[in-house]
Parts: sequence; structure tokens; C-alpha cells
Amino acid sequence: MMEKKPLDWIALTGAKPLGKRPYFFDDPAVERVLAVTMAVAQEVAVLRERLDTIERLLEKGNADFSRADIDAYAPDPAAATERAEWSRMYIARVLRIVQQELEALNTPENNVDIAAIADELGRI
Amino acid sequence: MSAWPTPPPYSLVGKHGVSPDFTHDERARFNFLAQLNTHLAAQVVPGNARAYETRVKPAFEAEHGRAPVDRHEVRKAMLRDSYFQTWSALRRSSMELRQQNGREVVLRQLDKLNAKAAALNHQSPQLKLNPDVAIPAYIRKVDFHCMPGGYTTELAADDVSAAANYDIGVFATTGGGLGCFNDGAGLAVAQWMRSRYPDFNPKRILDMGTGAGHTVTAIAQAFPDSEIISVDVAAPMLRFAHARAKSLGVNNITFMQANAENVPLPDADFDVVLTTIFLHETSNLAIRRIMAETHRLLKPGGLSFHLEQPQYAGLPLFEQFMRDWDALYNNEPFWTRMHEMDIEQLMADAGFQRDKMFQDKAEGILDETIFGKPKSDVEDFGRKAAWHLFGVHK
Ligand SMILES: C[S@@+](CC[C@H](N)C(=O)[O-])C[C@H]1O[C@@H](n2cnc3c(N)ncnc32)[C@H](O)[C@@H]1O
Repeated sequence: MMEKKPLDWIALTGAKPLGKRPYFFDDPAVERVLAVTMAVAQEVAVLRERLDTIERLLEKGNADFSRADIDAYAPDPAAATERAEWSRMYIARVLRIVQQELEALNTPENNVDIAAIADELGRI
Repeated sequence: MSAWPTPPPYSLVGKHGVSPDFTHDERARFNFLAQLNTHLAAQVVPGNARAYETRVKPAFEAEHGRAPVDRHEVRKAMLRDSYFQTWSALRRSSMELRQQNGREVVLRQLDKLNAKAAALNHQSPQLKLNPDVAIPAYIRKVDFHCMPGGYTTELAADDVSAAANYDIGVFATTGGGLGCFNDGAGLAVAQWMRSRYPDFNPKRILDMGTGAGHTVTAIAQAFPDSEIISVDVAAPMLRFAHARAKSLGVNNITFMQANAENVPLPDADFDVVLTTIFLHETSNLAIRRIMAETHRLLKPGGLSFHLEQPQYAGLPLFEQFMRDWDALYNNEPFWTRMHEMDIEQLMADAGFQRDKMFQDKAEGILDETIFGKPKSDVEDFGRKAAWHLFGVHK
């Protein structure tokens, strides 16, 4: 009898959905790098949240906690608020260039080409 | 004010009998995505309008000597803009992360999860599966919202994985916008029915395209004396929806595998026929057949309505274009056509009378202790929990 092969669930997590993927950047390589970067960014956030959980469990004075305690941890409103604030800062940091491009769009008067300013400084 | 941050932590998501187990890091992934999606909607999205007004539209006008005439022209021009490209690539990658995260949680415990559902579903007369129901082409051709395998794929016997993945990711995609049980739409519909028809206690209600049962279960809780039939073509969705409802103590819904285009139930069988967040995932011919079924199944004097995002007619072109994003870039291909249809004509073609039609609005209802007071804040073009209701009395 044929053995039933167990599902390779890790391979299945990343299955491509039916339908062609849109690429937005002129060069698909840029899109690829962005997607990889965001996946890594997510994992950094996960590591940080785990560290935060461990610190908070330690602060409760009991160094004798297990991985199951980490999995069971649920923040109270105060801890959740601090963690959310960290996340907001983190995402603001990662996506800073996008935010600055928007700022440039919103205030073109503050976005004058530096070479043009150099010319002007040569004149005044 | 609520003591919880916005979006609230994933640990507050409601548990039911088919909730998968979560590790710490799996919750953290969804926390990250909820924050990222909230950031994209509030901080990044507004720049698209700015880019359009300040450079894309002027460049289009310089080139063509006129403004764009429809959302397709707006899109062609915006697709060349680097700000729109960046936001779109970020949003697409966030959707892909969401799918992989959800599938990780569900697939690593697939057998256990399916067994939980099977135990709740065992020999229930309220779960009527029918493997002979054919899967319509429009859900075989594309995986909606980039959900690999769509609604119907079965990886094992008694599979509920498609629905379980759908269920656990809503909170991350919407930043909690549908509430802890993803039932903000159901609560909104129930409140809308109660306030519009205070003395109406429908005996029989039909819900078509039930999905994971988020909306119908909340409606069933609000109308405990009504007998509700929920149809869907996808067995994994129905198994999950039935098990979830049972575990939440909801017993007045029968879940039935059937195509909404051709429901095997008698004429004039229902006081209410409704769909929620469903019609945009069908097709041009299917939506007409579904409307015809709505008319056939409804009792004279009965009420039918459909909950969707607003129709495009009358919206500014730029907003129409933004609302099309999910249609083209998050695998919702009928969304774009559906939202430009003349829905009154659609209902009239199905045999309904124009003077009995109505259109209305409904906003998602969320638990204030967690989500705070409702605020009409950021527009996420198609994802906001603010819907358009259209319907008719027979
Ligand atoms: C987006 S989900 C519905 C969401 C659900 N009504 C809610 O409010 O939570 C769409 C569902 O429609 C189902 N579906 C698609 N075409 C169908 C058809 N012709 N008849 C019945 N169900 C259908 C899919 O299987 C899927 O479960």
C-alpha cells in the first residue's frame, strides 16, 4: 500500500493565488526587493514583540517562565498601548522615505533643487 | 475613550469553537500587519490624491488637452506615478504577507482544526452538504483577495482551512475594523432592520454567499426567533460557518451547499432574502440569475436587500479609481463591473417594481469598550466598514 505523504505545510503557506501578479515598479526587481524587505521588516517586529513579552514576564519577578507562558501572554491595555506606540514608531522609521516624498509633494516650496539654491547663493 | 490602542492587539480577537491555536509570534505577525495596514491607510494613501492633483492630472492635461474622462484613464496615468507604485507595491505585499501568515497558523494544525469542526458538525441536520453542486467558473478562475486555493479547495477530508484562514486574517487586514468577531457588518444590518422595521419579525430569512458566517451569525443572534437558511457553494466555508455558529450558541441557522443562482427551495419561501459583501464576487450573468432567484424565493410583501461598498455612479473619478484597486490588484475582478452597474435596473429586470426599491447606508458597529466611539476617519477606498445597502420590497 502507498504511504500517504504528509502535507508539506510550509511549502503550502506561500502558494501563489490564481491570477497574474501585478508588478507596479518599472523594474520587477525593485518590487521583488520591496516584498523581501517587508517580509524581513515583519519578522523584526515579531522578534521585538517577543523580546518585549519576555521583558514584561521578567518584570513580574518570576524568571522561571516557559515558552508556553510566552505563547499565552496577552497584554493589558497599558502594555498594549506601549507596544502599539513602538510599532507606530517602527513603521514610521521603515517607511520614512515614503513619508518624506509625501512631505515634498505637500510643500513644494520647501523642496527646491539644491543646485538651484547653489546658483542663487552665488548670486546673493 | 477606550483604554485600548487602535488597532487593538490581536489577543483580543474573539475565540470560538473553530479558532486555531496561536503562538506568540503568529499573533505578533498579525499585530504588525494591522499596524502596517492602518499606517498605509492613514499616512500613505492620502499622498495618492496629492500626486494626482499636483502632477499626474496636470501632465495628463498637458498631453491630451483635456482632463481624464473615466477612472480607467486616471488609472493608466497613475500607474506611471512612483508614489502610487510604491503604495500599491506595499499594499500588495501586505496582502501576500497576510495570506502566508494565516495559512501558517491554519495549515500547521490542519488535522486538529478539521477535527474540531467535525466534532461540532457531526450528524447535524443543520449542515446540508451536497458534493454535486458545481463550482461556478467565476470562483474557479481566480483566487479572490489573493487567497491561495480560494474558498473551495480541500486539502484533507472535512477541510475547513480556507474558511479558517479567511476568519483569522480579517482583523489584520482591516485593523480590527469589523470587530473582534468580524461581525460589525452583521450588527449593522441587524440594527438597520430593527430601526427601519421596528415591528418586523421575519419568520424565514435566506442569506446567500454566507462565507465564514460572520455576518449571518450576528443577524441570527439579533433575530433569535427567525429561521435562517444560509447558502454557499463552498463546503469548507459551510463546515466552518456551521461549527463556528454552533460553538457560539447560535442554533437558528441551517447551512446549505447550493448555488445562489439556482437555490433548490420552493417559490415564495422567505420573508427576507439578503446578501452581504457577496455580489461583487460573482459575474455579470450570475448576478442577474441571483436577482431572479431573490425575486422567486421572496414572499409577496417580503424584503430583500444587499450590502456592498458604494456604487461608483456620482463618485469623483479619482475615488472610483482608488476603489478599483482591490478589483485589479487584489483579485476581485468583478468588483469593477459590479460597482458601475445600474442596480435599480438589475432589480427591475428580475421582476421587482421600481417604486418599491430603496438605497441606504450602514456603518459597522463595533464594541466601544475596545474600539472607542465610532469615528468617521480615514477612507481606505473599499475597505472601510461603511456600506451601501440597496433593496426592494416584493
Ligand atoms: C466574501 S464571501 C461572503 C462574506 C459573507 N457574506 C459575510 O458577510 O461575511 C463570498 C462567499 O460567496 C460564496 N459564493 C460565491 N459564488 C457563489 C454562488 N454562486 N452561490 C453561493 N455562494 C457563492 C463563496 O464561496 C464565498 O464563501
